[in-house]
Amino acid sequence: MLKIENLHVKLEEEDKQILKGVNLEVEAGKVHAIMGPNGSGKSTLSYVLSGRDGYEVTEGGATLEGEDLLELEPEERAAAGLFLAFQYPVEIPGVGNMTFLRTALNAQRKARGEEEMSAADFLKLIRAKAKDLKIDADMLKRPVNVGFSGGEKKRNEILQMAMLEPKMCVLDETDSGLDVDAMKLVSDGVNALRAEGRGFLVITHYQRLLDHIKPDVVHIMADGKIVKTGGPELALEVENNGYADILAEVA
Amino acid sequence: MGLPQEKLSALEARIAGLGLPQGGWSEAARADALSRLNAAGLPGRRDEYWKYTRPDTLVQPEAPEAAVLVTDEAPMFDGVDRLKIVFVDGVFDADASDDLTLDGVRIERLAEIADRDIHWGRELYGVLETRGQDPVARPLATLNTAFTTDGVVIHVTGTPSKPISLIYRHEDDRSDVMLHHLIKVDSGAEATILENGPAAARFNKVMEIDIADGGALHHVRSQGRDHDRRDATFTFARLGKESEFRSFTMTVNGVLTRNETVIELLGDDALAHVAGVCVGDGDNFHHDDTVFITHDAVNCESRQVFKKVLRNGATGVFQGKILVKPDAQKTDGYQISQSLLLDDDSQFLAKPELEIYADDVACSHGSTSGAIDEDQLFYLRARGVPMDQATDLLTLAFLAEAMEELADETLADHMLERLEGWLSRRR
Ligand SMILES: Nc1ncnc2c1ncn2[C@@H]1O[C@H](COP(=O)(O)OP(=O)(O)OP(=O)(O)O)[C@@H](O)[C@H]1O
Ligand SMILES: [Mg+2]
Repeated sequence: MLKIENLHVKLEEEDKQILKGVNLEVEAGKVHAIMGPNGSGKSTLSYVLSGRDGYEVTEGGATLEGEDLLELEPEERAAAGLFLAFQYPVEIPGVGNMTFLRTALNAQRKARGEEEMSAADFLKLIRAKAKDLKIDADMLKRPVNVGFSGGEKKRNEILQMAMLEPKMCVLDETDSGLDVDAMKLVSDGVNALRAEGRGFLVITHYQRLLDHIKPDVVHIMADGKIVKTGGPELALEVENNGYADILAEVA
Repeated sequence: MGLPQEKLSALEARIAGLGLPQGGWSEAARADALSRLNAAGLPGRRDEYWKYTRPDTLVQPEAPEAAVLVTDEAPMFDGVDRLKIVFVDGVFDADASDDLTLDGVRIERLAEIADRDIHWGRELYGVLETRGQDPVARPLATLNTAFTTDGVVIHVTGTPSKPISLIYRHEDDRSDVMLHHLIKVDSGAEATILENGPAAARFNKVMEIDIADGGALHHVRSQGRDHDRRDATFTFARLGKESEFRSFTMTVNGVLTRNETVIELLGDDALAHVAGVCVGDGDNFHHDDTVFITHDAVNCESRQVFKKVLRNGATGVFQGKILVKPDAQKTDGYQISQSLLLDDDSQFLAKPELEIYADDVACSHGSTSGAIDEDQLFYLRARGVPMDQATDLLTLAFLAEAMEELADETLADHMLERLEGWLSRRR
């Protein structure tokens, strides 16, 4: 599904290398988790995959179902099935949450040559999905993320993911800022989307999320590289001992 | 006090070809205007109030040429049930207009009533315009009072069932037009006035609005899209106790627009909202909103919300002032002027002012100028919204606060459609 090969990335503005040869492959139907110390490059990886400005790929590449991701505009990546749940969802005053989602959904459909969804069908769908995530009608009407609490923003990301039904979901610290109940809602939302044809890359600092969303593979990222890969037990090891042992071992 | 030679010759040249209508109740008002004009002179480039906008082409004797825009767009407010009053290059078009009778309102034309011996118009004509000259002179409005050829005279006595719609058409590339409207709203009466269309190559318009206690007037205007047209418009409003005045203007194109709004809140608990949305393209687009609101009563509310989208070297100007007189306690004054610059060549010049002499007031003002937010743009694109569409969405979002001042949904939809048209054409 998602294949990242020897990916080297530096900042466009300054001479700072952030990703130093990331190799990673997420197969369809699998959930991979990435853990790693602050500043190791996890969010950068998610941004580079989704096409944010400001980064320069100096070596290596990334493909989604064989298609070169890095050649595409951000909106083309989205239409191709890539979704990033932002670590810091953006507030957009003046754009209603519903308008935003319908515009996005229909833009993607149009780009894929599919028919647009009618207003009525859209309404039905979003109401059902919002209900599952305990997002009330008022939040749907409000401007995108404006005045949302931290947890509400994260739930809103998952709502978008549920509506857009991407093939490859990258979740950047979707668990941060969530209370116990919200963590359950979000995890249920993610688990409901787990499917044969869909891959997940879950960036997190905590085992807690991985209790709910059981990963197939866990990677440790440090200083711009994947330094260790293992099964779910790797996350437990981090939870208990921190990164010191793992980093010492690979150094 | 004599005028400097430069101003004197400019004024002489400007009025040389103009006729001063004689007779009737308006004669004295016109003569008074002419003498005030002789004392003030026309705006000059060095006048402080014209620091950001060059008055030259508004003042010069001949109107610069402005081609009539040919478009297959549906006319503004098409389909809205309204009473139409049409002016073509400033000349009333009876055939294109509706019958001027409507319950709750009496509509006449200035040209018809000006030579009568007596008319209520006398109490208003030039009166608010004169009051509006202090503390800043607005000589183009005075010029209008002296020389205008026509206009509508509306007396709102009740609650007319539909809006009164002034439609301005422009057929002559060189037309130079002055219209002067009077609107008197009785106590407890309420009406909506619509204005749209390019009136002329050069248009000077004055509107004097007197709202009695508990009256309400809604003013919604869409300024014509002809690329080269020039407008200098003046809206003077005087508000009584518990009265309401809401004015919304959308401007798309036009080479030069100066919209002055002068409002006096004279009765307690009155409310005045003025909003403007303007979108402009190209280095010969210049739009100026100049607003002066005086609070002279207790517990009044005023809001100024002005938003401009500028690109390809367009210029936007905002001069807005809230003056709170010593007795105007509990004043709630709000003023925001913002521009969205879609490139580095465009510019926004703002002069927001507060002058407050009462102590128990809540006034705020702000002015910003910025580009499209990159994070917001990326967020939209990451969800699959293409670049152009995302930019449009954010542009409309920027305008939202001003658009919300237009409470009527049907009218707002008409405006939105025009804006969307502009966005899609100008890519
Ligand atoms: N635009 C930028 N300008 C300057 N430094 C940057 C920029 N983007 C990323 N960095 C730096 O790159 C490194 C990696 O940042 P990144 O946000 O990818 O880390 P992370 O692994 O997501 O950390 P966290 O766990 O704290 O979210 C950090 O040192 C960060 O300061
Ligand atoms: Mg991060």
